Amino acid sequence: MNKNILLCGVGGQGIVLTSKLTASCAMEKGMSVMSAETIGMAQKGGSVFSFLRLGENIYSPMFGKGQADIIIAFEPAEAVRMLPYLKKGGTVIVNTNPVIPVTSALKASGYCGTEMLEYLRKCDIKLMEVDGNKVCRELGSPKVLNMVMLGEAIRSGVLPFTVDDAVDAMKKTVKPQFAELNEKALRNQN
Amino acid sequence: MHKEFLMGNAAIARGAVAAGLNLICGYPGTPSTEVLETTAKNNDGSIYVEWSVNEKAALELGAGAAYSGARSMVTMKQVGLNVASDPLMSLAYIGVKGGMVIMVADDPGPISSQTEQDTRHFASFSKLPCFDPSSVQEAYDMIQEAFEYSEKYNTPVLFRPTTRVCHGYASINVKDKEEYRVNAPEGFVKDSSKWVIFPRLSYNAHMHIEKRNAELSDVFSEYSRNLVIPASESSCRKGIASHGISYTYVQEALEGKSAPKVFKVSTPFPFPEKMAVEFLSGLDEVLCIEELDPIIERELTYVCGKYHLSTKIYGKLTGNVKTAGENTCDSVAENIASFIGWEKPDTAVLPETPELPVRPPVLCAGCPHRASFFAVKTAMKGKKSVFCGDIGCYTLGNAMPLDMVDTCLCMGAGVNITQGIGKIEPDTSCFAFVGDSTFFASAITGVVNAVYNQADMTLIVLDNSTTAMTGHQPHPGTGRTMMGQVVDKVDISAVLRGVGVKTVETVNPLELDKAVETVKRVSAEKGVKAIIFKSPCAVLIKPDKPVTIDESKCINCKKCINSLGCPGIIIADGKVKIDSSLCTGCRLCTQVCPVNAIGGGCNE
Repeated sequence: MNKNILLCGVGGQGIVLTSKLTASCAMEKGMSVMSAETIGMAQKGGSVFSFLRLGENIYSPMFGKGQADIIIAFEPAEAVRMLPYLKKGGTVIVNTNPVIPVTSALKASGYCGTEMLEYLRKCDIKLMEVDGNKVCRELGSPKVLNMVMLGEAIRSGVLPFTVDDAVDAMKKTVKPQFAELNEKALRNQN
Repeated sequence: MHKEFLMGNAAIARGAVAAGLNLICGYPGTPSTEVLETTAKNNDGSIYVEWSVNEKAALELGAGAAYSGARSMVTMKQVGLNVASDPLMSLAYIGVKGGMVIMVADDPGPISSQTEQDTRHFASFSKLPCFDPSSVQEAYDMIQEAFEYSEKYNTPVLFRPTTRVCHGYASINVKDKEEYRVNAPEGFVKDSSKWVIFPRLSYNAHMHIEKRNAELSDVFSEYSRNLVIPASESSCRKGIASHGISYTYVQEALEGKSAPKVFKVSTPFPFPEKMAVEFLSGLDEVLCIEELDPIIERELTYVCGKYHLSTKIYGKLTGNVKTAGENTCDSVAENIASFIGWEKPDTAVLPETPELPVRPPVLCAGCPHRASFFAVKTAMKGKKSVFCGDIGCYTLGNAMPLDMVDTCLCMGAGVNITQGIGKIEPDTSCFAFVGDSTFFASAITGVVNAVYNQADMTLIVLDNSTTAMTGHQPHPGTGRTMMGQVVDKVDISAVLRGVGVKTVETVNPLELDKAVETVKRVSAEKGVKAIIFKSPCAVLIKPDKPVTIDESKCINCKKCINSLGCPGIIIADGKVKIDSSLCTGCRLCTQVCPVNAIGGGCNE
């Protein structure tokens, strides 16, 4: 079963690392993997995406609009920005906490995230909302947002592997002292 | 063989190492940088790895190694080849002994470059063979073949991936260490009839090159990475020609459909003419799907004329494919659908989206460049001034509210653009901003020119002790090399004094008052004078404690936001707040606040 996954958010939220972890979970299952992401100047504070493709007969690391099985969005406006890539009836996991860009602060425009969430709720999609800040506070570290998001995505049933698989893959990549916290984040359930 | 999940640039590096690489050098530039970095990471000590001062130096170094029988690779981005074009054009005539691959990454979009130039043109201009990989796996395999061709024909070859191949990832088959080729260089063998370029040699070499390239065109018509894929149905009289990442978009668009004949061109130069004739036979119309320039389209048009073929060739020149920017899966699917007459795929109709926040790239929170720009802006307030920028993170100083970059052209250009403006507008205070790595790469000769020719300008060197934009590579001012040595730094102020700049002052830009005073005083002098704003890149140092806002003092005037535009200062619930996850405690904002409401940070 081929899967097209789109991770998006703002530079610094740990999106690229999450993409790598998802890729290694799939490789452990013997699947072929391709991915593409934003790199370079746009990374800091810019919109960041990662296309991830699992399965056979895939040629390009990126896919076209209307082809993502799931969008894992670390920020509400970024979910809306990338929504055209979602398949009809696809799944969106969204962190409900907005990241306010400098330009918004300068112009004092009113972006606060709720308008994006209201929009997502109106769309014909399977939407799962995660209050990332709250969960991270409960877990005691803002750095585990990416594991929280990946855990939710796996529990949605769209990804072809289990939370246990992700925990195993995570343990191979993160420093041992952070493994326990990351495992908690992956297994956390709202 | 085993499987690994690799970035395209890492695959190129690993392929080169497997091919017996002895030396790699280059100058950082997106999207090429990770090739050299990956080689350094996978170096058992047997490969000489160097970030050279610029691309010209790198290409000459790579040539010297290849003269000595080494397998060498030189890496750069497309505009870097402009810098290295002088040695490139001559080296094409001299040739090499060991295999030499010049890896030049092109950047359709452009995503992070000044131009959308196409290195395939440089291949035909310099008459050097060119390899154009379409995927991560192909890049891994093809770089090894590129070394073989280079050595067999005693010529450097160009290897030209584009951003989506360089920065794409895939699980690919890679060789085990036991399968690596080992290359033991013979050393330099003196022969002045071979290595010293003279008109007579050039004439003979030119004859030889043209003959060789005609032969290579035939050889490449048999090369397994150039492909003609028959149509699903033999009655189909349409064809598609493509290359690089666009070829994979074509594959995606044709998957599961009744596909037309397809031509994949992996060696744009010398063009595989015989294979092109085979592809064109029986076709009425061909659509060329290319990024950057219509190279294949022109070649096929030429082949049709030469062989009296009636096939119509479409592409960028005929307005069927857009002339600038990247292709995407969607754009290629649409191009093909309208060419073949397929119905356009229906996409889900979404409700109208609310206005999305824009997120332009900005200088990081705590970036010392922000302080430098703000100091000069403050010092020159109300005076007629021009601020010439250059290539690096600091190009982002053009954004509001700083708005401190009036020009930006190419590496090192700011110095003499400043000189030029000053010659025409003598009543204007002219400033050139240049980063430390760019200073070494290509600004020193500009400063010599300005000093000797009596320019009146202030040179601002933004010294953050790294090549920040491309991911923190060492340069001659850092005291580190890619071989892990700690060496004597080249001192920027000593260089400036050495070439005749009499006033050279070094200041920490985060000490705002002192910085402003220095700019006022130094810029008032005549001639070429320099200020070095020295403070390390905020990403490289451990952040200090974030600053805090005393809400009882803050009058919400937003001066901090409107003068600095730091991403660490935000408005939440109508009030100015510090985003403590971003703030590095640089304390620039504490020096700007009119009511001293911001405190904390590094000094407390």
